[in-house]
Amino acid sequence: MTRRFSGVWPAVPALILLFFVFLFPVVRMLGFSVEAGTLDWYAKALGEGLYLRVFWNTFEIALLVTAICLLLGYPLGFLIATTTPAWATLGFIFVLLPLWTSVLVRTYAWMVLLGRNGVLNRGLIEAGLISDPLPLLHNFNGVLIGMVHVLLPYMVLPVYGAVRRLDPALVAAAEGLGASDWRIFWRIYLPLTLPGIFAGAVIVFVLSLGFYITPALLGGGKVMMVAVMIEQEVRQTLNWPFAAALSAVLLAVTLGVYSVAQSFTRQEAQR
Amino acid sequence: MASRSADLEIEGLVKRFGEVVALDGVSLDIASGELLTILGPSGSGKTTLLKVVAGFETPDAGTVRVDGTDITLLPPARREIGMVFQNYALFPHLTVERNVAFPLEMRNVGRAEIERRVAEALGLVELQGYGKRLPRQLSGGQQQRVALARAIVFNPRLLLLDEPFGALDRKLRETMQLEVRRLQRRLGLTTIFITHDQEEALVLSDRIAVMNKGKIQQVASTTEIYERPANDFVADFVGESNIFHGTVTEVGSVTLESGRRLLIAHGAPVGTRVGVLMRPERFGQGVNSFNGEVKEAVYLGSSLKLRVACDDGVELIVRQPVRGPLPAAGSRVSVAIERESIHVF
Amino acid sequence: MSRRALVVACAAIYVFLMLPLLVVFPISLSSAPYMQFPPPGFSTQWYERYLDDPQWIDATVRSLYIGAATAVLALVLGVPLAFSLARGRYIGRTLLDRIALAPLVVPTIILSVGLYGLFAKLKLIGEWYGLVLAHTVLALPFVVLVIVAGLRDFDRALEQAAEGLGASRMSTLLRITLPLLRPSLVSAGLLAFISSFDELVVALFLAGPNMTLPKKMFDNILMEIDPTIAAVSVMQILLVSIVLVLIGRFGRGLSGSAR
Repeated sequence: MTRRFSGVWPAVPALILLFFVFLFPVVRMLGFSVEAGTLDWYAKALGEGLYLRVFWNTFEIALLVTAICLLLGYPLGFLIATTTPAWATLGFIFVLLPLWTSVLVRTYAWMVLLGRNGVLNRGLIEAGLISDPLPLLHNFNGVLIGMVHVLLPYMVLPVYGAVRRLDPALVAAAEGLGASDWRIFWRIYLPLTLPGIFAGAVIVFVLSLGFYITPALLGGGKVMMVAVMIEQEVRQTLNWPFAAALSAVLLAVTLGVYSVAQSFTRQEAQR
Repeated sequence: MASRSADLEIEGLVKRFGEVVALDGVSLDIASGELLTILGPSGSGKTTLLKVVAGFETPDAGTVRVDGTDITLLPPARREIGMVFQNYALFPHLTVERNVAFPLEMRNVGRAEIERRVAEALGLVELQGYGKRLPRQLSGGQQQRVALARAIVFNPRLLLLDEPFGALDRKLRETMQLEVRRLQRRLGLTTIFITHDQEEALVLSDRIAVMNKGKIQQVASTTEIYERPANDFVADFVGESNIFHGTVTEVGSVTLESGRRLLIAHGAPVGTRVGVLMRPERFGQGVNSFNGEVKEAVYLGSSLKLRVACDDGVELIVRQPVRGPLPAAGSRVSVAIERESIHVF
Repeated sequence: MSRRALVVACAAIYVFLMLPLLVVFPISLSSAPYMQFPPPGFSTQWYERYLDDPQWIDATVRSLYIGAATAVLALVLGVPLAFSLARGRYIGRTLLDRIALAPLVVPTIILSVGLYGLFAKLKLIGEWYGLVLAHTVLALPFVVLVIVAGLRDFDRALEQAAEGLGASRMSTLLRITLPLLRPSLVSAGLLAFISSFDELVVALFLAGPNMTLPKKMFDNILMEIDPTIAAVSVMQILLVSIVLVLIGRFGRGLSGSAR
């Protein structure tokens, strides 16, 4: 055993699995896109308005979901991080329970809640607030609600971590100097937890890009995202080369966003 | 317990971590049954030295021999060395009994024998009846004793203690120091004790090795280290001191850099550059007298500590028995020291 | 003032988070044949229908053993991997780290399509162990994250102490390191199990005619919405709750590993 490779061998079995069941099949599949020796399938994916629209749509949804998760996740993470341990445990349970509940269960439940005759519309009509049911399901709204619900915990946990890492002495010092709650928040909490917020936002955004289940079920065929399109190309159209090209673009965008974000975080850490 | 106590020879140890030289040619002999303290500030290399002896680090050069056998490259498990770690390193998931039994189990000792020797070891550290508890259910001092029992239960050839009392409060620390001393004498176990606390070193050891910057500065008996330090570092690190430098201008007399002359009882030839050390408690009557102004006076209970700015430019720390009221800052005093009380190095 | 506003806002967000989980309980006990809210009456018929339907039971059992096998395999491969990543000193360790966590970032649809193509060629579609292999890839990052976090907090002096007391590398691992890592191992194993038990996208492509529970649910949601699925959902939620309780009791805090 040379010193250069000390401790590498326990990783080998897992690496073999990752190679044969992850790297190899993915690369092999992506290879189909240039099988013909041309970039025609990429030209189609990125050139034709229909497909470009799907990419744009996916991007838009991902951005919107990230923004909403940020808006909802920050206060939640902040509250859990600053409350008493007993409340924090409870707060955690109610974030983790949805997180680990099957996405299918949750998607189904949203269908029950948001449908034309769903719980929400019934309730609102009976309360006399609306006369016609709101269009909440099988459209953009439904997808958005469903995705935010799935991804919100991924935002809450990094925010919680960032607030917890903050030195309480700083806050105490600011309070001692007479700063108001809002000022403390804007001048201390927010800037110092920015890396945590950023990490959470990147995770949510990247995961949004590849979403399949929620748009497939809650979009009602009207909201097309890249993952749904790839699935249809493979299973319905059987157009493997094109599915591969779409996958390659999706992968490139995902990894691109991720590595740019990573390098930002690293710079932040070095400062 | 039968003793297998061995002697230890350390020769020319060098260990680098990147740019940092942790051990810079360390050699040290320890006799069988001796308790040697390695005293040094943090970063002096003392912990690295211990890790090399225990086998957790491999030196870049040099050898470690136990009873004449080279063990430099032997894995720690086969060195038969008992060690007490800074934070005890008790296994939190095992009871006190199982902790102490661990080294015996690793040596495939029979059940009955294990039981007997664990009981004996726990008896030695006065923890009978605590066997079924988990480490976290014990106080810091008790955990310390368990660690000690575990380190000696398998009759090691050598016992290493790495700042074992750092986490204990002063009173408990003093009790534990005496206990370790008693146990070590009783077992006749060759022991290396690491500390940065010079008082602890003076209380515990037969000999002290003072370390700094990866080098042994001086190895000597406790009195020798205190009374006749080999250099500035040792003089300064062990005890309170007044250290000055000067040149021997005639035999028996030194002229300090400030111009002040001191009479000494040392036969260094004229022209030698020397350091002089005056321990604060050695002032009293004597041929060398200093007149000056009290800068600061601190009441320490058993004695009085004065900082005196002398008229000839030197500043002295002086300890005096308490007589009458505390001298006010700014008041004039006169102190003196015998030439025999001045150590020249 | 602002603290109270924060609490109120968070209460509303919690309602949003928990509402979908709660709403399936009354529906699963409804007497109505179609989804209706509030339920007109009480009945356990949907639970009975689930239990009496061999297809549902079959899918559930398959998902359970695929999940269990995934958890075992993910631990067997992931724990040594985590040790190597946390403690190894070698060239390319950072790269390895990225690769180990990549299944978390790479969209599952891409992995699914890739495996679909490969497994179709190897005639592995519909084989349970094919799914186990794929689910293990997806579960590895969880195992690695949890175990690496556990190892980071691990006091290595304990291992040195054991070795100094005469234990071999192997006995140190078996008697000191792994027992002390048990909470992390429990968490990692349960997370791996749940991630497989809930996994749909890969199963959609690889399960073939052999339904897993998520796939059966997916098909049911697409075809016909009857409250059987609510009953299944309730049981899923209860299972997850039990697992979370187990993690809380015997595992290492999830919040700890999330940081």
